Amino acid sequence: MSWVLAGLAAWALGWWANTRLAALPRSRATRLAVPALFGLTLIVVWECLVRGLEVPGVLLPPPSQIATRFAASTHILWEDFVQTAIKGALTGYVLGCGAAFLTAIAVDRSGFLKRGLLPVGNFVAALPIIGTAPILVMWFGFDWQSKAAVVVVMVFFPMLVNTVQGLSDTDAMQRDLMRTYGASYWQSLLKLRLPAAMPFIFNGLKIATTLALIGAIVAEFFGSPIRGMGFRISTSVGQLSMDLVWAEIVVAALAGSGFYGGVALIEKAVTFWHPSQRGRA
Amino acid sequence: MRNLIPILTVVATIFALWYAGAVVLNAPWAYDKAKRAEVTLSFSELVADTWSQEKPKLPAPHQVAVEVWKTTGEMVQNGRAFSKRSLLYHAWITFSSTMLGFVLGTGLGIALAVGIVYNRTMDMSVMPWVIASQTIPILAIAPMIIVVLNAVGISGLLPKAMISMYLSFFPVVVGMVKGLRSPSPMQLDQMRTWNASAAQTFWRLRLPSSMPYLFTSLKVAMAASLVGAIVGELPTGAVAGLGARLLTGSYYGQTIQIWSALFMAATLAALLVGLIGLMQRMTLRRMGMLR
Repeated sequence: MSWVLAGLAAWALGWWANTRLAALPRSRATRLAVPALFGLTLIVVWECLVRGLEVPGVLLPPPSQIATRFAASTHILWEDFVQTAIKGALTGYVLGCGAAFLTAIAVDRSGFLKRGLLPVGNFVAALPIIGTAPILVMWFGFDWQSKAAVVVVMVFFPMLVNTVQGLSDTDAMQRDLMRTYGASYWQSLLKLRLPAAMPFIFNGLKIATTLALIGAIVAEFFGSPIRGMGFRISTSVGQLSMDLVWAEIVVAALAGSGFYGGVALIEKAVTFWHPSQRGRA
Repeated sequence: MRNLIPILTVVATIFALWYAGAVVLNAPWAYDKAKRAEVTLSFSELVADTWSQEKPKLPAPHQVAVEVWKTTGEMVQNGRAFSKRSLLYHAWITFSSTMLGFVLGTGLGIALAVGIVYNRTMDMSVMPWVIASQTIPILAIAPMIIVVLNAVGISGLLPKAMISMYLSFFPVVVGMVKGLRSPSPMQLDQMRTWNASAAQTFWRLRLPSSMPYLFTSLKVAMAASLVGAIVGELPTGAVAGLGARLLTGSYYGQTIQIWSALFMAATLAALLVGLIGLMQRMTLRRMGMLR
């Protein structure tokens, strides 16, 4: 009972502190402190409630147990991370986004293709492409190649649609200016249209980061060698060792956020001129 | 209409590539069979064989179409539209958990968005976590959520719907926050000069002006919700639903079954997203917002 009360007290304290912090003028410090405090409060409340209500560890282990399990099995987690995130997701991400980018540039030269491909691409991007995972696993075998293939298919269309949209984001005046300079197709592509397309391209790249990890992990449910995050999650669920599952989820979350954050940082460096980036100090 | 011919060209190209791919991918097996039967295949025989194998690596489009018809239209004609072998039955299972998850996710999303717009603390503390929540590959946790909820005694539709909900609430939150903040300061000032209460401002200004944003995010949410439902069906022991069809198909190497389930899922996605598009057009036209 005291654990439950402690949890409620922690929640009240955390929220109260956050309300005070949020009332302060917005600065870099408060913008980081408020969400951090909120997350911390959630973890403390989780720990207290699990202990207080005596939730069996099979259902929901407390964070402390997950942390110890995480520390104890770093080598397994690392092996899984390399198999799924680096070999599967990252390879597929680079291949898929690269292919989509080149396709977009090729398509962009022909208005006919663009008008045909954009609606089809938009349509395909809304389909449950993850369903092709069993087929690709059948074609490319159980190892990471099939996972990379799933990722390629998943990231291709969102990236294609975004890049094509970005490439047509220049207005007539800017294009005319390039023409008065006597710029060739490649010059105006490299110096005007690609830079102008960067916000869209990075939007696609950011969407693709999450899709890549999801694709790689879900593809492992259809068959994998005896390592990998998806494999570990599905077998550990079968063995009811939930702490390992949660440790794996922490790895997935860290990998996902790191991946996304990395792309966002590059975006910040490349598109520093865009209003959405300029507004924030 | 101007786009019709380009679109048809692209679609026709895709089908041509598909047929060609079927020939290339299925050829080894066809040659293998021919070698054992000690006959040599002419090109036309090869093509005919690769397009009509029992368990091809890549089934030709017409094989998938026949399988889809066999498991939907023919079953309806025989009056067994909802037997367990009918794809309509499986699509219905997936559809129901998609819808439940979608409704829950939309509700949660709108509630969070209202909280975020009206409460500064929530804006600063919850919003970053909403964004962070999507960098976590939630689908990876799907099997666990289902097993855990089963252990608590919740089974059937709800666990799958929870996964759909998690995937679909995010676009709604982001879109609605943007939409509810879209009225200009001038419009808000106008409400203030009319001495409108907070509730009146919400119902008469903020909510109506958020509608275009809401519908756009609903489309994304619906597609995400369907993906969630399909993946949620994978670990349930493959009983029913389009995801289960995919899984059993991959266990027994029934490629045609996998492709027909995929085709069904694509149709379902197109129908659901199209329906929201239709609602969007009708609502916005009545509100006078359609350009």
